[in-house]
Amino acid sequence: MRPADLRYLESHEWVRLEDGIATIGITDYAVEHLNDLVFLDLPKVGDDITQGESFGEVESVKAVSELYSPVGGEVVEVNEPLQEDLDPLSKDPFGDGWMIKVKVSNPADMESLLDPTAYEKVLEKDA
Amino acid sequence: MPYIQNTEKDQREMLDAIGVGSIADLFEPLPPTTRLGRALDLPEGLDENALREHLAELASKNRPLGSGPSFLGAGRTRHFIPVVVDQLAGRSEFLTAYTPYQPEASQGTLQAFFEFQTMIAQITGMEIANSSVYDGASALAEAALMSLSIQKVDRVLVSQGVHFEDRQTLATYLRNLDAELVEIPLRDGRTDREAASAALGDGASALCFQSPNFLGIVEDGAALTELAHEAKALSVASVHPVSLGVLQPPGEYDADIVVGDGQPLGCPPFLGGPSFGMFATRERFIRRLPGRIVGATVDGRGKPGYVLTFQTREQHIRREKATSNICTNNALMALRGAIYLAALGDLGFRAVAETCLVQAHAAADAIGAVSGFELLHPEQPFFCEFAMKTPRPASEVNRHLASRGIQGGFDLKRFDPGLESALLFAVTEVTSGTDVDRLVAALQEL
Amino acid sequence: MHPDDRVLFEKSRPDLSAVQTPKPALPQNTSAHSIDQLLPTELRRHASIGLPGVGQLDLTRHYTRLSRKNFAISTTFYPLGSCTMKYNPAVNETVVTDPGLADIHPYQNEDDLQGALQLIFDLERYLSEISGLAHISLHPAAGAHGELTALMIIREHFRKQGDNERRTVLIPDSAHGTNPASCSLCGFKTVELKSNSEGLVDIDDLRLKIDSNPGGIAALMITNPNTLGLFERRIEEIAKLIHGAGGKVYMDGANLNALMGISRPGDFGVDIMHFNLHKTFSTPHGTGGPGAGPIGVTDELEPYLPIPRVVQEGERYRFEEERPHTIGRTRAYVGNFGVMARAYTYIRALGRDGVRRVGENAVLNANYLRVLLEKHLTVAHPRLCMHEFVLTARRLAKEHGIKATDIAKRLLDLGFHPPTIYFPLIVPEALMIEPTETESKATLDAFAGAFRQIMEEAVSNPDLLHQAPVTTPLTRLDEVRAVKQPELRWRP
Repeated sequence: MRPADLRYLESHEWVRLEDGIATIGITDYAVEHLNDLVFLDLPKVGDDITQGESFGEVESVKAVSELYSPVGGEVVEVNEPLQEDLDPLSKDPFGDGWMIKVKVSNPADMESLLDPTAYEKVLEKDA
Repeated sequence: MPYIQNTEKDQREMLDAIGVGSIADLFEPLPPTTRLGRALDLPEGLDENALREHLAELASKNRPLGSGPSFLGAGRTRHFIPVVVDQLAGRSEFLTAYTPYQPEASQGTLQAFFEFQTMIAQITGMEIANSSVYDGASALAEAALMSLSIQKVDRVLVSQGVHFEDRQTLATYLRNLDAELVEIPLRDGRTDREAASAALGDGASALCFQSPNFLGIVEDGAALTELAHEAKALSVASVHPVSLGVLQPPGEYDADIVVGDGQPLGCPPFLGGPSFGMFATRERFIRRLPGRIVGATVDGRGKPGYVLTFQTREQHIRREKATSNICTNNALMALRGAIYLAALGDLGFRAVAETCLVQAHAAADAIGAVSGFELLHPEQPFFCEFAMKTPRPASEVNRHLASRGIQGGFDLKRFDPGLESALLFAVTEVTSGTDVDRLVAALQEL
Repeated sequence: MHPDDRVLFEKSRPDLSAVQTPKPALPQNTSAHSIDQLLPTELRRHASIGLPGVGQLDLTRHYTRLSRKNFAISTTFYPLGSCTMKYNPAVNETVVTDPGLADIHPYQNEDDLQGALQLIFDLERYLSEISGLAHISLHPAAGAHGELTALMIIREHFRKQGDNERRTVLIPDSAHGTNPASCSLCGFKTVELKSNSEGLVDIDDLRLKIDSNPGGIAALMITNPNTLGLFERRIEEIAKLIHGAGGKVYMDGANLNALMGISRPGDFGVDIMHFNLHKTFSTPHGTGGPGAGPIGVTDELEPYLPIPRVVQEGERYRFEEERPHTIGRTRAYVGNFGVMARAYTYIRALGRDGVRRVGENAVLNANYLRVLLEKHLTVAHPRLCMHEFVLTARRLAKEHGIKATDIAKRLLDLGFHPPTIYFPLIVPEALMIEPTETESKATLDAFAGAFRQIMEEAVSNPDLLHQAPVTTPLTRLDEVRAVKQPELRWRP
């Protein structure tokens, strides 16, 4: 079961909001389906990102997937070591595999996201 | 029709298997209004003998450069092509294979291009090279586009010493991308450093120059690169590959991207194409590189092998966000380049370059001894081409040479309308003593 | 590893050279020229170059051995979809070795190039007749380059009309990746068009996308027949809709082989298209080029064609550079003349009847193979196809864990080059098969036999497929390692 305190996008990003700071990553399902990830392109600290728009890319050998942001705001921290070593993405996608932290400009962004049950339903449909 | 192997009996059986009555029925998906309904207005087909005679007749209406002394260069220079280049690159397993998307079925191509990339990196002194693009002009355009995406500055500087067709190609590519192209003039035959410095001060993604430049003059690549780097712009050098046998490789003076046309490396002039474009750069720019790249890896049993790699840069995966739209390029010509370089080795490559250099200078001396002819820029170093002032309009000189069976130099009026009476002569390792003697004799008749 | 399989650099002995280069021949009637006198030391190369040094036999053996590790049309059926891997006639290769075609220079006097210019002029006329488009330029170097050149023409046309804000190009989801990539290089924004359940452009979606971009549609880029091997039945209606919105219809001519002598793009509403001489017109693919990507245009778009043009004046041909509305150049010189000469030779060999028989037999072979293979695997759109068709291994993947790539790799073991796989993107586990007109029925039967065997193995011995290929010089390559630990050149 995926962590209950997270919210999700249909495009398989997760977000955890704590004290106005959102931590963002991609789910185990995404990691499994992208298969053999080789490269991660993330924004820089200080960049502004917008809800629903691309904030980066993740690549496998023969595919590129956009990373969509569940919330809008300013990037305050980037998981630099992850860009060097992608292993945590498959080993701990909801923990060490986090990608960026964002200072959320509008907490209401969270309301439009999927809760764990709704996300599970999306996965069932995909299968 | 020898290219179609189905007999009428085969066709009948195939139609039966498909379940249609005739070939015409196969085209049922085409609405009648989209069908031609008449025979094409094309000539009757020719049998092989008639075909060869016809092509030979067309060919006879052209005058090959090798039919007499030739001094024409200006981006296409004649060089010695070892027989092994034709023999080996002409093997049907290279000729009739596709792009190596199935690595297990293409290890020959892939290893050959891994070696090609290494050779281009070696001669340019750069860290990495791709497996080639169309030609030198499009390589320069791709380099400029790459600089835009790396530097995020919408302004490119190009020296007027760059071949005018390459500059025009660059302009065409940039026109639709809202990027400004600024030309830096020449001064005494070399890129004007003061003008370059001033233009760089207004910001630029790259400073592009050619060395030897269109006039044959060796640019001070180190100084231009330093200027570019001081202004946080990339230094893009376009080179004549053979010159790198004697000239300092751009990697040594810290150029960021090196391009050039590979024609001198084992490709006949062919009216200007096909040749191939060389493209070398720094390893850290790998994800911005256009075109195909071969990388080494291992197979399932740990044996060394090769694959196309970093394919996510390319159009078939990244589509509208690809680093370039290039797909089919001029691979077989690049293979010719690889075989050429491998055949010559360090010894042969250096020898060819030195012979070009020495012979060009000897020819320049001989032509300069003819009354009314003198080097346009006598103080500047050159490689295998040099610009000469002529005592009469260049077109007139060339007409006279043609009447003596000699292909003259390039009329520089087309490069610079101000140069009414100047010819660009190319002399390489295939220029003979007799060629120069005949040229000098003809010039003395003027 | 056999020592002869090593990288050439590992066999190198620096004091060897495989050829004797020309000795300096010029009478040096001035002082002896030494390199030191001719070039300032700071401009010179001082370090060694690092090219491999080998003798002529070892060089020959090296490249001959490499060539034998390739699959090629000359050795193997090579049914790559959308690549038109047809026989490359031997005579084409012979004629281009004539110095009258190979050893000529773009800056020679036109009087010395009349044969070459005539060849270009006539090849343009033939392509014009085949396509139904009035004007042809042979300038672009390859298909994607032709696309880009064509898009630049469309952009320039609207710019000249004072309509520079037309920036939207509609592209079906089944299109080649070069289409959107070329758009980006030309400052166009792409909007994807959905395919309908029949695999054709969804007209309702087309209308919707047109209506939501009022005044913005610059062009539609359509491939016809499309990459599913299907003719866009409603192409005339589609063209009308685009023209009605003020846009131009661009056709990707990669699949022209199917239409040769039977249907002409210019007659069904296309304004501008590219050809692939290295597909339709039999010039060899050469491991990835050289190709040539000529473009054809209507009268309206002719002023924008790239320079130089080749024009006829009386009996004489010449280059034309002075064209006020031209987009300029997209490469140096006139084009890939060596490729044009081969394509010209091909068309002259075929003649008017031969050209039509290419189209007919390409479609016959594709349909025959489709019927043979649909016994073994699902055809994505099971009906009459044009020059190619697409299979899907979706069910096999689900039920037996056998993917398109496993089928492809096993085909290598059975002596066939596999089809294009995982394209078009709209078909899961796609295998896209284009046999071309030059293959015999016997070859198609044998290929179908291999397919039958693989389908049996998929059930009885799936591991065989997962491990394939085992008969090739190497087994499956580790592509992840190639990206994660990049080795892009040999290093000592």
